[in-house]
Amino acid sequence: MASITLQNLVKQYGDGFPAVNDVSIDIEDGEFIILVGPSGCGKSTLLRMIVGLEDITSGDLLIDGKRVNEKAPRDRNLAMVFQNYALYPHLTVFENIAFPLRLAKGKHTDDEIRKLVTDAAKTLELTDHLERKPGNLSGGQRQRVAMGRAIVRQADAFLFDEPLSNLDAKLRGQMRSEISQMQRRLGVTSVYVTHDQTEAMTLGDRVAVLKKGVLQQIASPRELYEQPVNLFVAGFIGSPSMNFLPATLEGNVLKTAVGDIQVTEDKARAAAGKKVVLVGLRPEFFEDASLVEEHKKDLGSTFMAELTHTEWLGNEQYGYINFDPDPEVRELLNSLAAEMDADELRPQIVVTLDAASRIRGGRSAELWLDTRKMHIFDPETGDNLTRDAEAGAALTQEANTARAEEISEAREREASTAGQPA
Amino acid sequence: MKASRTKERVTWIIISVLVLLYALFPVVSIMATSFKLPSELTSGKFLPSSWTGSNYEQILVGSAQDLFLSSLRNSIGIALIATFIAVVLATLCAYAIARLDFPGKKVILTTALAVSIFPVISIVTPLFNLWRNIGLYDTWPGLIIPYLSLTLPISIWTLAAFFRQIPWELEQAAQVDGATTWQAFRKAIVPLAAPGVFTTAIIAFFIAWNDFVYGISLTSTEAARPVPAALAFFTGASQFESPVGAISAAAIIVTIPIVLLVLLFQRQIVSGLTQGAVKG
Repeated sequence: MASITLQNLVKQYGDGFPAVNDVSIDIEDGEFIILVGPSGCGKSTLLRMIVGLEDITSGDLLIDGKRVNEKAPRDRNLAMVFQNYALYPHLTVFENIAFPLRLAKGKHTDDEIRKLVTDAAKTLELTDHLERKPGNLSGGQRQRVAMGRAIVRQADAFLFDEPLSNLDAKLRGQMRSEISQMQRRLGVTSVYVTHDQTEAMTLGDRVAVLKKGVLQQIASPRELYEQPVNLFVAGFIGSPSMNFLPATLEGNVLKTAVGDIQVTEDKARAAAGKKVVLVGLRPEFFEDASLVEEHKKDLGSTFMAELTHTEWLGNEQYGYINFDPDPEVRELLNSLAAEMDADELRPQIVVTLDAASRIRGGRSAELWLDTRKMHIFDPETGDNLTRDAEAGAALTQEANTARAEEISEAREREASTAGQPA
Repeated sequence: MKASRTKERVTWIIISVLVLLYALFPVVSIMATSFKLPSELTSGKFLPSSWTGSNYEQILVGSAQDLFLSSLRNSIGIALIATFIAVVLATLCAYAIARLDFPGKKVILTTALAVSIFPVISIVTPLFNLWRNIGLYDTWPGLIIPYLSLTLPISIWTLAAFFRQIPWELEQAAQVDGATTWQAFRKAIVPLAAPGVFTTAIIAFFIAWNDFVYGISLTSTEAARPVPAALAFFTGASQFESPVGAISAAAIIVTIPIVLLVLLFQRQIVSGLTQGAVKG
């Protein structure tokens, strides 16, 4: 168990390209940190710098307060789970899990190794497969063997490099919850790299969003979702992603493609002086106006729009509205899409409607928009002009408290089960 | 559907038989010749009318014994040593090529390729002069060194391809698990590379074993003359008798180890040549 501190870490390759640029993160003992971003954002490089497989160009890496920049991977006492599992094909499952123990010569007797491995296998439900070779295992089992190799030794921290990306969707969900529970039970500091935002949102105590090697924001999933620091984070977190609408401000009214939106005094003040701003609206801020209760209606605004088509998903449905931005804004939206690894961002608004809504594509309908949680972005810098840092910090603080509680609960449970005779 | 599948099978069988005939006819012909009496060699018949082991007797225990057995010893020794050196050097070289980024990597690979396609016959004469001057002529090292020029390039190329296939993560995982660089190489990479190294060794051995040009040009006595060259020095029982029978018998004997090796390790050889031996 250890804390990990990243201080102004920089990774520069031979051609001078900074894959990781000035990243500073404080990872507390027992915390589950997710590194997320589009491909090529440097998240894997950062993880490999922590574990020691990549040299650090500049900056300091501290584990438990001690600088480890020059230490070899084997001296850092970290465990890593690789994307392709990196199991040794010539060894049985047992020997794969025992591998780190056997390397620490003289530290463990054969009996100890046997006990540690069978214990790890039991928690991972691998007991029946101990004598098999990795080649004969399914993807999920291989994944568990890789985890076994990590938990069998008393590593200071776990590092995961997209561990679930080779599994099918169903198994991924299952393994995700297993990893989450295991992390809580062991209370071990974990750093997890993924490009899947479901994994990021569900697993992380805090999520670090990276873009082109630069840390954009590190916060609890809820803070990222509700108080994103800039356009990139706002667009990257959430699925379907946030809609960005160009708007002009006149007094306290934002004029947009979906009608005029009345905004509060302080939001208007934040956006004042800009010719064009981008309004960030999450799909779930919209609703079929006919289904909104009267007392809620006044909290937002209603507008008429023609949906091109709708997609019914059972629990909800998505509707799509086209709008025609001026070329400048279109350019901005496209460059944003490119940054986020997406195809061309179509000038389209995605709205989430209640599954009971009768609105269909091709017809005009009245929609209601909840304007309370909307954000206003500066189209030039991408900054969020209406971010409430205090509210965001409170959300992250909340997550921290929850984590501490969960870990102590898990430890108590562990202690009470260990106390009982088996 | 079914008819077309049967037709396909028949076609394949016919093609296989044709290829087999083409490949094996010379071998069978030499084998038949090796059992013929000298008087029968020009009879024009394919099979000997009376089978005799006299040719084998002649080369193994008879008059040609000295010539054949010493050359057999030379061949085995020289080919094994050349193979061993080539494989050890090529393993280290190929590992470096597959894993490290260093200036001149391309140069090494292209040089290896250039050496392997360089016509052997054109360097034999200068080599002959050089070897005589520095005293390597008609010695084992005098053959081992040129054999390395034949075996090293192909060994480097096959092994580099082989090492490239072994996921680098395995080594990195081992390092994170607490291994030193050397331990990671020995415990994670060598066991996986072993089949590849083995295949390369077999291929290198064939090349050294089969060489004729160096063997005949750089040797003059039994001290170092390998089998393929020695065959050319066989004479009949008298100068009027053709040595073809004895040569055939010797050819069959030197083919046997090759055939055995191929039969025993055909799976590894094929996978080594197609470079698909490591599964993750």
